[in-house]
Amino acid sequence: MSDVILEMRNITKTFPGVKALDNVSFSVTRGEIHALVGENGAGKSTLMKVLSGIYPYGTYHGEIYFQGEECRFRDITESEKVGLVIIHQELALIPFLSVAENMFLGNERAKNGIIDWNESISKTAELLERVGLHESPNTLITNMGVGKQQLVEIAKALAKEVKLLILDEPTASLNENDSEKLLELLLQFKEHGISSILISHKLSEVNKVADSITILRDGATIETLDCKKDKITEDRIIRGMVGRDMTHRFPPREKNIGEVIFEVRDWNVYHPIHEDRKVSTNVNISVRKGEVVGLSGLMGAGRTELAMSIFGHAYGTRISGTAYRHGNEIDISTIDKAIDNGIAYATEDRKAYGLVLIQEVKNNITLANLEEISSRQVINEPQEMRVTSEYRDRLNIKCSSIQQLALNLSGGNQQKVVLSKWLFASPEILILDEPTRGIDVGAKFEIYTIINRLASEGKGIILISSELPEILGICDRIYVMRDGKIVGEMPASEASQEKVMKYIMTQQEVVEQ
Amino acid sequence: MKTLSTLFKNNVREYGMLIALIVVMAFFQFQTKGVLMKPVNITNLVLQNSYVITMAMGMLLIIITGGIDLSVGSVVAVIGALAGVLIVRYDFNWVLVVAISLLLGAAIGAFHGYFVAYLKIPAFIVTLAGMLIFRGLTIALLRGESVGPFPRGFQNISSGFIPDFFHYDGFHITTMLIGAILSVLLIWLDMRNRKNQQKYGFEVTPFYFFVIKNIAITAAVMGFCYLMASYKGLPNVLVLLFVLITFYAFITTSSVIGRRIYAMGGNEKAARLSGVNTPRLLFYTFVNLGVLASLAGLIVAARLNSSTPNAGDGMELDVIAACFIGGASPMGGVGKVIGALVGAFLIGVLNNGMSIMGVGIDWQKVVKGIVLLLAVLFDVYNKNKNA
Repeated sequence: MSDVILEMRNITKTFPGVKALDNVSFSVTRGEIHALVGENGAGKSTLMKVLSGIYPYGTYHGEIYFQGEECRFRDITESEKVGLVIIHQELALIPFLSVAENMFLGNERAKNGIIDWNESISKTAELLERVGLHESPNTLITNMGVGKQQLVEIAKALAKEVKLLILDEPTASLNENDSEKLLELLLQFKEHGISSILISHKLSEVNKVADSITILRDGATIETLDCKKDKITEDRIIRGMVGRDMTHRFPPREKNIGEVIFEVRDWNVYHPIHEDRKVSTNVNISVRKGEVVGLSGLMGAGRTELAMSIFGHAYGTRISGTAYRHGNEIDISTIDKAIDNGIAYATEDRKAYGLVLIQEVKNNITLANLEEISSRQVINEPQEMRVTSEYRDRLNIKCSSIQQLALNLSGGNQQKVVLSKWLFASPEILILDEPTRGIDVGAKFEIYTIINRLASEGKGIILISSELPEILGICDRIYVMRDGKIVGEMPASEASQEKVMKYIMTQQEVVEQ
Repeated sequence: MKTLSTLFKNNVREYGMLIALIVVMAFFQFQTKGVLMKPVNITNLVLQNSYVITMAMGMLLIIITGGIDLSVGSVVAVIGALAGVLIVRYDFNWVLVVAISLLLGAAIGAFHGYFVAYLKIPAFIVTLAGMLIFRGLTIALLRGESVGPFPRGFQNISSGFIPDFFHYDGFHITTMLIGAILSVLLIWLDMRNRKNQQKYGFEVTPFYFFVIKNIAITAAVMGFCYLMASYKGLPNVLVLLFVLITFYAFITTSSVIGRRIYAMGGNEKAARLSGVNTPRLLFYTFVNLGVLASLAGLIVAARLNSSTPNAGDGMELDVIAACFIGGASPMGGVGKVIGALVGAFLIGVLNNGMSIMGVGIDWQKVVKGIVLLLAVLFDVYNKNKNA
């Protein structure tokens, strides 16, 4: 039985400043479904990108053996040639092409450059049959639901004669029914000798189909559990995923929490494109003076969407609900009004949404509050320089001068520029979305210190973070979000990683008991 | 010395263009045996380029937002046609017509801006449509023929000169006086700026460089005024241009609106999430260019002393080229008024110099195309070198 189809040995992958994978070993037996689990940022996706050649040979250390032969993939076509197909979380289908056109994209059934449509279409029909999808090969992708698109992706993998199928969070955007179907399909493939690697946050699914489970944490393999020998509980998996040293990573803070300064009630938001999809459902949250409130949940749980919809309806349509500041209803229907009402939102994606990279540090810091440094529409440049120099010193932004371009700063310093911008707008309520993502440990500590200082100055802070230790380390109260709903709320003193993780991961029914 | 080389490195684009302009001018000065720099030709050069420069100020703002406006040539034509019809056929007072034209220009800009900013239709398409619409309307208004001539007052918009208060024969003393005042003003501004920078501990250029720079600028200003004064003095258009250039240089460097336009062009989403009302801002950049294009339309009509169906034909390309030669980026967020100005002059000198030399319109276009390509190539080269 121990016929190993894939073995990855001592894989190490570093990004500038971060070790994403540290000596990871991982192997898959022929004809099994192997689940790969771990927190956000544990290194699952990175490992799969190394495997499929997205990170080409030479950019990582270690060896990969597939069917007994060493592989040195330079790109994704090489890995696909040997039968290794990865299906990403973000589907890679072209929306305005038909199923058949997508099916053989890059792999066209053609003679002398002329596509044989008859063969393409009949082959497509055959493949769709195998994945149990009853659609015409001529249907445009854009006219299909996500569940069906996922099946098309799998059929596409079959067209490439897949031997090992890698699925990155395949059910993240599927409903119950479609998820069920997809998992059935994986079990069927298993019968036909196709192995799968399943990356998933939904532990119930993992438990249902996986033959073995490998747990990654902080870029290292923690353990591999064999599900056939003994029954593995979800708690057992969670314990493997969390449980790390948590001492002295967070600066202490003297707590001085006052009255509620901001509150939203019955907040509902719909997706801007798929208008019948609800991204926030009946959300009620509040923040007190001097309080740091954590918003925990997986990626895609709707935290950023909620935060941006509160920040001047910057996301979503058909937003309903009311917002209160010091008990009075406020209008936050535009970003301008939200800022005027003392709300600030520091984005999770500082490069795309936070900074004007091609401009100077100074211009970025003052952008949200130009009124403060100008009179009658004319910018007072000496004053701007004085103010921005102050922020540079206060937040310890390392730059050659405040006239340096934001582009040339490190991630941690860019984040400090974003924070400076919002501090300069002097808000009362600060929503910080993943403020420590992608920055090193030292800079993280500095950001925590700034958060603490703001709280002790009496501001209310809502912290969105995917890192549980961070949420537990600096928050006073924690909300847990899943599928656009608040599914749990607890004081930090009563919270533990296991407890929060349980709310995050387990299915709805369990929580409501 | 170190600061001098960093200064050059940071402004290699501006200095490069300025040097290119000087080289090109020297070349034509030599090739035309001194005709280029003759007072009468300099006056012509200014008049010929006035509409390109006028529109380049507005086009630059739109290009900084990441957009483009292809319609300006047609707007020049339709405004000229309207002015011609109202003044010549219907005997309207020309001052009133100027006011109507500017308002209509704003309305045309608002028309484009509404589609681009609020309905999110790409600027290229909207203004391409506008280009066709307004050219068509021009021909309809003029019924396919030229309309003219205009009354003296209207003609003076472009062919008049500022009055001389000293009445000294053969030399325009007011012009020299204005030049002197301007020189003093420029030196004072530069000194104040330098002091401010020193106060905040920024590196400044060595003092001797500061002195040399100001002597050079003063010499250029006074030399130019001397040339003008020995002909008929400063043209009205030049005064208008000076006001526009100063105004837009100020807007782009020191105003809240300018800062927001650059932020929007550099990263629209970040600007919006910082509370900038980006659609409204975009809308007003189009309104602004509409007004400037109508102003250019009036200048063109006044200069030709008639409204013609093909006025301003292809002018949008000269305007856009001036901005790109001057270092604006088609991706948005980058561009300077002074760059667009130098770009416009470079094109103007090329047009003028080659015409004097007798180079045909065919080869003129080839040369202009090559210059545009070289200027952008220079940008790309610099960017790659710095990265």
